Amino acid sequence: MLKKTGIPTQADLQEVYPRPERLAQGPVAVIECFQRIPCNPCATACQRGAIQPFEDINDRPQLDVDRCNGCALCVASCPGLAIFVVDETYSEDQALIKLPYEFLPLPQEGKIVAALNRAGEKVGEGIVVRVQNPPAFDRTAVIHLAVPRELASDVRNILVEGEPHAER
Amino acid sequence: MIETQIAIIGGGPAGLQAATAAGQTGAQVLLIDNFDRLGGQLVKQTHMFFGSQQQFAGTRGIDIATKLAKQVAALENVQVMLEATALGIYEDGVLLVEQHDRVHKVKAERIIVAVGASERMLAFPNNDLPGVYGAGAAQTLMNVHGVKPGHRVLMVGAGNIGLIVSYQMLQAGVEVVGIVEAAPTIGGYLVHAAKVRRAGVPIYTSHTVKEAYGEGVVEGAIIWQLDENWSPIPGTERDVAVDVICLAVGLSPLSDLLWQAGCEMAYVPELGGSVAVRDELLRTSNPEIYVAGDVAGVEEASSAMVEGRIAGLGAALSLGLGGETAFKHLQEAREQLTALRSGPVGEKILAGLRRVEREVATDA
Ligand SMILES: Cc1cc2nc3c(=O)[nH]c(=O)nc-3n(C[C@H](O)[C@H](O)[C@H](O)COP(=O)(O)OP(=O)(O)OC[C@H]3O[C@@H](n4cnc5c(N)ncnc54)[C@H](O)[C@@H]3O)c2cc1C
Ligand code: SF4
Ligand code: SF4
Repeated sequence: MLKKTGIPTQADLQEVYPRPERLAQGPVAVIECFQRIPCNPCATACQRGAIQPFEDINDRPQLDVDRCNGCALCVASCPGLAIFVVDETYSEDQALIKLPYEFLPLPQEGKIVAALNRAGEKVGEGIVVRVQNPPAFDRTAVIHLAVPRELASDVRNILVEGEPHAER
Repeated sequence: MIETQIAIIGGGPAGLQAATAAGQTGAQVLLIDNFDRLGGQLVKQTHMFFGSQQQFAGTRGIDIATKLAKQVAALENVQVMLEATALGIYEDGVLLVEQHDRVHKVKAERIIVAVGASERMLAFPNNDLPGVYGAGAAQTLMNVHGVKPGHRVLMVGAGNIGLIVSYQMLQAGVEVVGIVEAAPTIGGYLVHAAKVRRAGVPIYTSHTVKEAYGEGVVEGAIIWQLDENWSPIPGTERDVAVDVICLAVGLSPLSDLLWQAGCEMAYVPELGGSVAVRDELLRTSNPEIYVAGDVAGVEEASSAMVEGRIAGLGAALSLGLGGETAFKHLQEAREQLTALRSGPVGEKILAGLRRVEREVATDA
């Protein structure tokens, strides 16, 4: 249970996960923010109005999947690092995950890294396709990671070799 | 004797915003802080903050500190005294301030106390071994002085501070072997918990530290599980080899100055401990003294900033400064504070406030 372990359950995820029809159409944000907290940068960051403006600062973000194009602006601006973009149409057998990453060194583009699930366990490998780290992202890099399609809903972090917290 | 209209003690988010708000009304303001730079807790917060845009949500704490300090520096009528410690508040608004081994007398018509909070300790055998740190102290070591507190850390407490400091330790290249939390559920924001968890840090709820051990320094800790009545369950002991035990078990308002000044105080667990009884504009039972920020109730930087503005404007208005503009800003600030506290996280704070907010004498 999320409140005991920090890991969202399948039931939690189902509530926010875009439907398969939408996933089949291309990149879309997955907002894993399950608690009412006083916070709203995701809504103000989205330029497409896909995250509805909050009436109450404690509202949970509501995504209009049809307006979202998976640009990942919200990924870098969420202080909870709770937003990911999933593109299941990336290639024949791979999905692309855009995830927030705040560890140094940043991985090199083209590098193969361990793909971790929400418990920090290695579930496979991914290829770093792109590293976005413009000044506007304010030091929260967005990593574009290609992973086997069946891992698309599981992979939420990476482990870059040589990173000290990797030695476990 | 230094004379000023409004003296503000503490240059964290609350004190900084109080100085700006009061300064903008034209008041003579003196801002006093005992550190060598302004920002309070913010100077070591490298993570992005919550809140709304008005409170710089999505900006890193350290950058918020810089922004707030710039606003203060832009006001000519606001003087700043750094490395200066307020020692006591005496009758007629006289304040004793120690700076560079000299004691200054400051005479102010209003005093805003915004000194923040201090870290709590936890009792367990060998908690006096070197290697047992407060989470805030460990954070200062890493993020202000660039020194790693150790190699392998056990974090105690899964509130926001425990979760955030764990994350920052990982960023600094320190291994965090786990976070123990006595309560059955995680107290901090679940988004923070999820981000340390997916970096591989287990969170043990219903667990606590039985004891620390080591020859002269921490070499490890024994943790054990708690049952639903918070009693340890024998046989669940687990030995974790660590060189640092980091305590993030809560903060208590730094209320000494307020006690000493004779303000009416109340013990309110929801607000973290002893706080001053005050009215809605944060004026205490001593009409010359206001409070703002964590010292008024341990909460967040976002609410500390808004409280700072309210106290700054309230103090200025009570001196006949600021006029209608200040009054309008005051209303806006109060609305922001209500909005911030309207969710489940704010419920506890509101419950606490109901016990200390009341009309206080305003015949100054
Ligand atoms: C690890 C951590 C993470 C946090 N993350 C967040 C977050 O994400 N979002 C959020 O909104 N809040 C966060 N907070 C909380 C936030 O930092 C505090 O609520 C906020 O700083 C309180 O502001 P303040 O101005 O009341 O006190 P402080 O920031 O503590 O400032 C008080 C100042 O007063 C000075 N002082 C104390 N005594 C004296 C004296 N006698 N004389 C002179 N000066 C004195 C101190 O040196 C200090 O500079 C976090 C806190 C911590 C520890
Ligand atoms: S990915 Fe882009 S379009 Fe979609 S919600 Fe985020 S910011 Fe808006
Ligand atoms: S910015 Fe992130 S943490 Fe804040 S409400 Fe949006 S998704 Fe949740």
